Amino acid sequence: MQRSLLIDPAKCTSCLQCEMACSFEHTGAFNPARSRIKIYEFEHGRYAIPFTCTQCEEAWCLHACPVEAITLNAQTGAKEVHQDLCVGCKVCTIACPFGAVNYDKETKTVVKCDLCGGDPKCAEACPTDAITYVDADWTGYDRMREYAVRTHLPSFSS
Amino acid sequence: MAWQRKILRVDLSSGSVATEPLNMDWAFQYIGERGLATKYLWENMDPKVDAMSPENVLIFATGPLTGTMASTSGRYAVITKGPLTNAIACSNSGGKFGADLKYAGYDLLLLSGKSPQPVYLHIVDDQVEILPADELWGRSVWETEAWIRSQQQNPHLKIACIGVAGERGVYYSCIVNDLHRAAGRSGVGAVMGSKNLKAIAVQGTKGVTVADPKKFMQVTYEMKKLLENDPGRKGLTKLGTNAMMETMQEFGGLPTRNFQQVQFDGYDKVGARGMRVRKPNGHVNLITNKACFGCTIACGRIAHIDKEHFTIVNRKEYWHASGGLEYETAYAFGPMVGVDDIDACTFAGFLMNEHGMDPISFGVTLAAAMELYEMGVITREDTDGVELNFGNAEALTIMAEKTGKYEGFGQVLGLGSKRLCEKYGHPELFMGVKGQEFAGYDSRALQGMGLGYATSNRGACHLKHDTFEVDMDDQSGNGKAKPCKTSQDFVAMIDSTGLCLFPASAWGTTEFQQQIDAACEGDWNEQRILECGERTWNLERQFNLAAGLTAADDTLPPRLLEVPAPGGTAKGKVCELDKMLPEYYAERGWTSEGVPTEHTLNRLGLT
Repeated sequence: MQRSLLIDPAKCTSCLQCEMACSFEHTGAFNPARSRIKIYEFEHGRYAIPFTCTQCEEAWCLHACPVEAITLNAQTGAKEVHQDLCVGCKVCTIACPFGAVNYDKETKTVVKCDLCGGDPKCAEACPTDAITYVDADWTGYDRMREYAVRTHLPSFSS
Repeated sequence: MAWQRKILRVDLSSGSVATEPLNMDWAFQYIGERGLATKYLWENMDPKVDAMSPENVLIFATGPLTGTMASTSGRYAVITKGPLTNAIACSNSGGKFGADLKYAGYDLLLLSGKSPQPVYLHIVDDQVEILPADELWGRSVWETEAWIRSQQQNPHLKIACIGVAGERGVYYSCIVNDLHRAAGRSGVGAVMGSKNLKAIAVQGTKGVTVADPKKFMQVTYEMKKLLENDPGRKGLTKLGTNAMMETMQEFGGLPTRNFQQVQFDGYDKVGARGMRVRKPNGHVNLITNKACFGCTIACGRIAHIDKEHFTIVNRKEYWHASGGLEYETAYAFGPMVGVDDIDACTFAGFLMNEHGMDPISFGVTLAAAMELYEMGVITREDTDGVELNFGNAEALTIMAEKTGKYEGFGQVLGLGSKRLCEKYGHPELFMGVKGQEFAGYDSRALQGMGLGYATSNRGACHLKHDTFEVDMDDQSGNGKAKPCKTSQDFVAMIDSTGLCLFPASAWGTTEFQQQIDAACEGDWNEQRILECGERTWNLERQFNLAAGLTAADDTLPPRLLEVPAPGGTAKGKVCELDKMLPEYYAERGWTSEGVPTEHTLNRLGLT
């Protein structure tokens, strides 16, 4: 079963545990400035929205890379940047419609979410389940179930 | 590791900026944040100087756990001499500013002198600039944050700043960061204003490492799990601190109308339940909860005001969400001034954040003014024609705005309760200690709270000790000295780590110790970290004694010592401070005059 990150902004409290976990996994330091997942806040914190790479099937970043430094991890479905191959040309950052690939001044390469090899640390760190790692074929499962209960069996609602 | 081992010194008189290595001997004795900054303050200024003079030193300090994955790791402290109290000021705050200051590479930011012109400090890692703030002077906290972000074209900046209240020296003006978190108490905002420093804008990209990463991750995950399952944590997440309103009402410890009563009929309208009530037009005050940096509790509230409410019906600029009522704000704008209108309380809370003022001190000062008004001492001529009676929601919001903008009677309210009561010849009506106003707990019902208020080094405060459980169990003054002393040292330790006080509902000394020990090099056992807390407490005391305070300042107003509680579970009781205080001094190893003995100072390495 392939899994993907499922993000529910309504549950996000903007604590940034995810950003710290991501940066720690990839750089060894707690450093949100180098996190591959970002939390965006609006209206004095009323809205907090986690955003990261969705691992497109037809990945623009992968196709744009002139040195084939971005490849598919068949196991996880992640599009991974090989930092030893990346030349830092940043064409992929232009190709990505979502801005999810970014240049890292420390490594002088681009970085993006790699699903931590199948054990995403952001999801592990999230205290409110705003970020979960679920069956990629059924990302809507819980939400559908919730609506099914709400519309047909209100008494089952938690 | 854990510490960045570097401090930033900015002298605003000369405009010089310099870094120096963190004194690691001091870090090992004081941990960080509150304790370490107290040591730096002690070594860098004369406690006798005027708090508003250029000779006062203003320190922003992070702890070794600030910016790490330990839960609630977003804290920073502001340590200086406070104008409200003329004692040491020790205010800490959450939000995201503290973590970025640490990520920029600094454990402490030490500001001295006074800039000839209004300036703001711009810090991006190693790049530090003092920039002109003429265009910012006179602007609110919210305008300042937007202006700097736009001017710098940098959405990543985290900003701590003052409003007009801080510029004009309102005695309880605060430093607000991230729009609605604040280093709130003792007038630290006025100190910043006296230095002509409008704001500090910081972006940090360096990150923080710890001594034993593997162990640290394991321990902090265990501690987060413990916190997750804790009933106290669940209450804070769901209801916020304002759940306390109901507890205090039932207990009869809810200060009402300047402590004339101990219960308030309208308590439920401004408490946690009131925030969730759906009005006939569909409006609900509370929108969601919100975390500070690194926090897995998220006790903060995000709320909005009913657009049809008189306060904002014609003021579209307030038709947005912002920081909602915490218990202390709700107490100070609700029962304390007799107001049961949640929209008015929320609006006044917005104004505190927008203009940079401490809601506790403002509410308690207004309550004293209302009592004086009802006594006929203050009249409509004084109050710019506003009817200043208890329960007047309109008066609350008008006066909050006047004080924030330093206009009319707001300038008198800006003196704080002690100076206001003295001005009108009724010093006995000041409800506070050492010039600082009380939080929302009556010490006739909560005796240990009374002792904590009286002995807190920054003036009346509910956050520097924790005797809540023993107070609820036993309403006499018996046996309160030891838990008060012990918890003061415990809290001073927590305040020195970079973490928040609130996980203490699930974490004891062991739980804090394990996280400190994994993050910091060296052997940090329980005895050692508590001793750091005790050392900090005694050094704060030394600062105050050197500043001219004495045991006579460790007291409470006559209303709590002589007038029996008019109701509640402690009906007929007064606060037994006369019994508790000598026991407390003995417990501390201080003389009967409240001075640390030579033996105590030696034991703590303070000689």
